[in-house]
Amino acid sequence: MAFFFEVLIGGLMAGVMYSLVALGFVLIFKASGVFNFAQGAMVLFAGLFFVGFTELGVPTWLSLLLTVGVMVLLAVAVERLVLRHLVNQEGIILFMATIGVSFFLDGFGQTIWGSNVKQLDIGIPTDPIFLMDGEILIQSFDLWAALVAGTLLASLVVFQKTRTGRALRAVADDHQAAQSVGIPLNVIWIIVWAIAGLVALVAGVMWGSKLGMQPAIVSLALKALPVLILGGFTSIPGAIIGGLIIGAGEKLAEVYIGPLVGGGIENWFAYVLALAFLLIRPQGLFGEKLIERV
Amino acid sequence: MSAPEKNIGDILLKVENISLSFGGVKALTDISFEIREREILAIIGPNGAGKSSMLNCINGFYHPQQGTITYRGEKRKQMRPHEAAKQGIARTFQNIALFKGMSTLDNIMTGRLLKMKSGLFTSAIYKGPAEREQIEHREFCERIIDFLEIEAIRKVPVGRLPYGLQKRVELARALAAEPTLLLLDEPMAGMNLEEKQDMCRFILDVNDEFGTTICLIEHDMGVVMDISDRVVVLDYGRKIGDGIPDEVKSSQAVIDAYLGVQH
Repeated sequence: MAFFFEVLIGGLMAGVMYSLVALGFVLIFKASGVFNFAQGAMVLFAGLFFVGFTELGVPTWLSLLLTVGVMVLLAVAVERLVLRHLVNQEGIILFMATIGVSFFLDGFGQTIWGSNVKQLDIGIPTDPIFLMDGEILIQSFDLWAALVAGTLLASLVVFQKTRTGRALRAVADDHQAAQSVGIPLNVIWIIVWAIAGLVALVAGVMWGSKLGMQPAIVSLALKALPVLILGGFTSIPGAIIGGLIIGAGEKLAEVYIGPLVGGGIENWFAYVLALAFLLIRPQGLFGEKLIERV
Repeated sequence: MSAPEKNIGDILLKVENISLSFGGVKALTDISFEIREREILAIIGPNGAGKSSMLNCINGFYHPQQGTITYRGEKRKQMRPHEAAKQGIARTFQNIALFKGMSTLDNIMTGRLLKMKSGLFTSAIYKGPAEREQIEHREFCERIIDFLEIEAIRKVPVGRLPYGLQKRVELARALAAEPTLLLLDEPMAGMNLEEKQDMCRFILDVNDEFGTTICLIEHDMGVVMDISDRVVVLDYGRKIGDGIPDEVKSSQAVIDAYLGVQH
């Protein structure tokens, strides 16, 4: 039984890391109805800048602050150069634009900071913790990740309830209508992309500390996709819950079902789970169900 | 049926020599007219005459290549929709633009966004005073809900409402902004007779009780002739008529535009 719990907890903790990436997607999706393909690239981009600054000898807190600045600038640039010209366009067109942004960030980050794996150590303890007389082992790093995700979730949920949050929901629903009640689209977009950038920075730092900062992190964005399908594209708590389910599910499946089919389940289990969800509950666990009149 | 004693004021908005084209397609050519305070002005014309384009110019969705729009004595260059909203221009849309995931009340509350004092940035960080403010605005919205008789659907997500009620919610959201100038793009399209009568009554009441200036586009001639003080007629992006309903009704150019000319 202790073994089961160890696997479960390990899975949940891995799931938290997926959630961190998924949160960024949800934010932008909620505020513009666009699946931001560039979120994964933003995680790498933010991480690279942060590591880059620290390697130049800048103190950690200042590097963090500088990177926040970079992400806000990026949000302004994306709005100015890309989104502004695509107001009132179909979602698919905005989606294509984010693919472009993704390629750009991926390349630009690596042009500046190089593409080799960089160590990132911001002093998060990594020693194992034993529970229940040493029967269950937890990485203390994972606990920190959970704490960070929890804080992020709480602040984002509060944010949703504010007037700005209402404006964001309005923009997501209908650009024209939002403009006509006096919501400045461009300001909203800058706010959203800046916040998504900050979330990407948090995710980048956490993933970077765990795996080292490397271009492969971009492909982690793909793991966020099943998380979003499970949790619902429009729900912030959904991104967290979805991440936990995916993380725990794939670890448990690997350990308990894996041996029966020769292993290697972990890599595709999340997608199968997402596929099943699409059949049963396409809006995800917490997503908004839109009723189309025909 | 505009009562003759109705107190129509000065010029609120003046459109001068507006021309708008999309690539090679001319949507509007050299249009001039004015909207006076507290009047109900109808813009009519066959399909594709440029009526909606005209409204879109007024509230800043489109930027005409030529001509000027003077609003409250101030000539404006390019104005964006949210700036127009700030200056008291509210509108509804031909193809209903509501926030479908939100309830009726939440939709109407978005109309109050500009009336809320706490800024977008500050309210994102600190929501204490913003909450107190919300309560005041809620009261105002409730009054509009009573006025438009939509109490029963307060909490219903608008995506679920029938078409006629959605149009009414859209009007409610526009009214929540306490506009000086209200632009209505086909407020009665797709409605049955009873719903049309209700909508007419609301439009007249808004105009009468709040003194709101209204500029509307409508196809139902019976309605137009009944409720408007003045009518502007567009055809192929040009103005072919402007006057009180009776004048317009008997104008040869207008009759030709609607019925076609014999060659």
